[in-house]
Amino acid sequence: MALRAILLVLLVAVLAAVPLFAASSQTFLAIVFAKSVAVLGLLLLLQAGQVSFGHGMFFATGAYTVAFLGRSMGGGDLALLLAASVVTSAVLGLLVGLFVVRYRYIFFGMLNLAFSMVLYSILEKFFHLTGGSDGLRIRRPTAFGFTFDRAQFDMVLYYSTFAMAFLAAYLVWRYLRSPLGQALKAIKTNETRLEYIGLSARFVMLVGYVISAVLCGVGGAFLGVIQGIATPEYSYWTRSAEFVFIAILGGVGHVAGALTGTFVYEAVRTYAAAFVADSWQMILGFVLLAIILKAPSGIVGLVEGFTARRRKAEASALTVEAAR
Amino acid sequence: MMLRRLAAAAGLSLLGLFPALAQEKPAELRIGITTYTSGAASVFGIPARDAAEMFASEINARGGVQGVPVKLFFVDEGAGIETLMTEYRRLVQDQKVDVMFASISSGVCNKIAPLAEDLKVVNFMWDCGTQRILEDDKYNYVFRTQANATPEVMAPLLYLLKVKPDFKTIAVVNQDYAWGRDSWAIFSQALKVLKPDVKVVAEFFPKFGAADFSTEVSRLLALKPDVILSTSWGGDLDTFVRQANQRGLFKSSQFVLPLAESSLQRLGNDLPEGVIVGGRGDHYFLHPERIGDAKFRTFMDAFKQKTGAYPIYPVFHMAQAFSALEAVYAKAVTANGGKWPSHEQVAKAMPGLTFQALGRPIEIRADGQGIEDQLVGTTIRTPKYNFDVLDNMMIFPASKIMPAVGEKSEAWISGLKPDILNIKVDTFKHAD
Amino acid sequence: MSFDTIVLAVCDGVAYASLVFLVAVGLTFIFGVLGVLNIAHGSFYALGAYTAVSAGIFLTKAGFSPWLTFPALFVAAIFIGAVLGGLMEKLLLQRIYDKEQVLQILVTFAIFMILENVQRLIWGVQPYFMSEPLQLLGNISLFGISYTAYQTLFLPALAVIVLLGLRYFLRHTAAGAQILAVTEDREAASAIGIDAQKVYFVTFIAGATLAALGGALAAPTTSLMPGMGAEMIVLSFAVAATAGLGQIEGAAVAALMIGLGRSLAVYLAPEFEVLVPYILMVGVLIFRPSGLFGAPQLRKI
Repeated sequence: MALRAILLVLLVAVLAAVPLFAASSQTFLAIVFAKSVAVLGLLLLLQAGQVSFGHGMFFATGAYTVAFLGRSMGGGDLALLLAASVVTSAVLGLLVGLFVVRYRYIFFGMLNLAFSMVLYSILEKFFHLTGGSDGLRIRRPTAFGFTFDRAQFDMVLYYSTFAMAFLAAYLVWRYLRSPLGQALKAIKTNETRLEYIGLSARFVMLVGYVISAVLCGVGGAFLGVIQGIATPEYSYWTRSAEFVFIAILGGVGHVAGALTGTFVYEAVRTYAAAFVADSWQMILGFVLLAIILKAPSGIVGLVEGFTARRRKAEASALTVEAAR
Repeated sequence: MMLRRLAAAAGLSLLGLFPALAQEKPAELRIGITTYTSGAASVFGIPARDAAEMFASEINARGGVQGVPVKLFFVDEGAGIETLMTEYRRLVQDQKVDVMFASISSGVCNKIAPLAEDLKVVNFMWDCGTQRILEDDKYNYVFRTQANATPEVMAPLLYLLKVKPDFKTIAVVNQDYAWGRDSWAIFSQALKVLKPDVKVVAEFFPKFGAADFSTEVSRLLALKPDVILSTSWGGDLDTFVRQANQRGLFKSSQFVLPLAESSLQRLGNDLPEGVIVGGRGDHYFLHPERIGDAKFRTFMDAFKQKTGAYPIYPVFHMAQAFSALEAVYAKAVTANGGKWPSHEQVAKAMPGLTFQALGRPIEIRADGQGIEDQLVGTTIRTPKYNFDVLDNMMIFPASKIMPAVGEKSEAWISGLKPDILNIKVDTFKHAD
Repeated sequence: MSFDTIVLAVCDGVAYASLVFLVAVGLTFIFGVLGVLNIAHGSFYALGAYTAVSAGIFLTKAGFSPWLTFPALFVAAIFIGAVLGGLMEKLLLQRIYDKEQVLQILVTFAIFMILENVQRLIWGVQPYFMSEPLQLLGNISLFGISYTAYQTLFLPALAVIVLLGLRYFLRHTAAGAQILAVTEDREAASAIGIDAQKVYFVTFIAGATLAALGGALAAPTTSLMPGMGAEMIVLSFAVAATAGLGQIEGAAVAALMIGLGRSLAVYLAPEFEVLVPYILMVGVLIFRPSGLFGAPQLRKI
């Protein structure tokens, strides 16, 4: 445990220093942080054994909230825009959640998909309101009352997304340890027993669902600000599937899976082109297959398994030593 | 050796402090180009990339731009805006690219323009059409080396009004994205001013990349509009034209296809004769004024040799970006007393620049917008080609069919007078 | 809205529905038997289309009669279905039948990504087309509007043949009875000597072939472009889910609803065209989560 804490502190320290020694990777990492927040939302639902192929809708909600509000305020402030996207994604999460938490498995996934495709079609079709398939431009907002130029704002965004990614991961970690979070996990293992102890499974799911919607909304809001644009593609089914993909890739057993998975995914997507032209999709496809077939607990699970084995080996070495 | 390098480094860092001073001639001139190598728009992106490679090697064979060889860095616009923005920054900040050519998509240009301004990198919007960027905001580093949507839509409209003045009804089938919507906004607004009695009987905006237009075609067959406009392109346009032709829609309606120059060779004989076709500028591989030029013909044949098809408009746009590059460096070097110019000096040299690529000469205005004449024609078949070519061509002078610097397209269109139909155009017949 | 318009809208709607049905029925058939929701179905659709067009172009270029493009459509579909579908079932799906449903879906999603990429590497990104079959069958006229016989007669006829054929196969043949038995209870079926593994294999190939056939048949009516698979799979989901997963006749009804709704929208309110399938899907699923014809699922205890 102590080793793990030291590693975590070290990681945070290195990441915090990135703008000093690798400024050009700031934006790349900011995108990773922003997306990892959304992936956390999917990871949370996976604890209940449920998978949504429609969470892109909350991602888009966050981004479009920022776009609409920013446009009407002539920029707006980052903190305000984020707060607003929390509200809108929570409201939409609650509304959609009321319908979908009644269902499980494939039906849950399908209904989410249907809702997100409705939102996608609306965003794409009503050009005069939503900017159609080109989306809406998001102008650079002020941050906490200050105006920044491009370079400074990149850094502000880097640290905000960085802080948000770790804060969100910590909060989800705490939530999953709380009684409500434990109840959420129980939906996967034995839902009926949950109701015997007097907890409404629907209520437990609804809480989880709204939290996951907000996480996606915040991720979308940040990505929108980083990219300077909100497009309907944020709500397309491939985007939602990508989040599920990343969660499984990183490993659903641990909140660290979200960040790890996003980092690997984005790195392959961005840098694969440098080695083999036009093949990032294929590479990621094979990686996913390998993970599911050989290491279903994801990258984090792999690492944990490795350290556990080493600890075991060390322990047995110690006992051998002691025996001598 | 070591000392010299140190001195050079010290000199360079000093120069960094005084950017107005002359710069060392670099070893190479780095050009970043965003183009579609995947996705639907790669029908434009891939020919343009092939052309860029040809132009670069041709320039380098001549010794480079002002003696400096060019090096190209390509970015795929089809990889999505996220990857594209990251790559754009990386090219500018890490690869120290001197000039960026970006981009094909208007959506991308919208996004890239403010970024280029922030990064202080000279950016040629080499293909995107939206008139809004340079009309709405003032940029110092962003330029467009071709026309914009307003003249590109006005020219086919004026052509239609000249050759078929007595139509009563019109329908539109455009792709559902900014270009499809904006081009219809310009076209319909201008039509309302110039010919208020025309009735719009149907407006279809099928999804971008739609696979099937059968229902739209049925509806149009029932409505029988006199004119059908479609500013679509690529696979969408090909599919629409084939489905419409198969079912005889071309017999009952006059088609106006402002971007079909880029589909002529793919459509072959599926595109009937008598269709009004444009190509976003005076872009045509049989350009009536340039066809006599040996260099023009050599390039057309060399391109066909290399890629299997004659150049389409994005190739001409790419040629313009390279011609502008050479011209602006020549101008900036002269203005700098023969020394290599800074990026800022290059940007300053852009307004007022004239250059000529594969069409008529183009001028960059004070707002960074290019003035480029527009060629429109009507399809005919000739035995020489296995696809339709253009006849009854007209070249419209761009300066007459677009708003002046500082004026917005919308305001300019609402103030149009019918005498715009009398502007002098040059007309040409197809010659084998 | 006049009677003429309704008839015209019905023609367009039926033509569209036929194509969507052919693809969706394969998806729903596979789900019904294997319990796997196959996202790679969209890739089979796209690859079927590309293979058919390549074969057709090859035949016409080689100077064969353009009528040969018709059998080429079917040969291409069977080739893609048997080879790719067969490989996918043997090499991958067999290993994951006992895994969580989420992981099963993701395996097919991974295949989808790989095949999308493969398709781009083989055929590039330029649009492909082959309109010979469409042109050969000519046009028919209805209320003075010409329709292609291919879309208004050939495709619907084929859709009906597939629907009736599948019904007959499942209800009146020994192989069909085996499939139904495995669907009902895999263990019990195995106990009475049915080779469930073989049933799964054959079913998957049949479903994949239907997807590829949908693509091959769509090819003459459209330009083939990257991304067509992603579009089609989500539309097939909408059909299959609206009908109820595993419902074959239901899929035909749902496809018709979506087809007719879509063409009516083009006539009445074009802006709503793309919304139709998804609004129908949400509307149905909210009230009947297992679809119009699906039986409610028992909750696991």
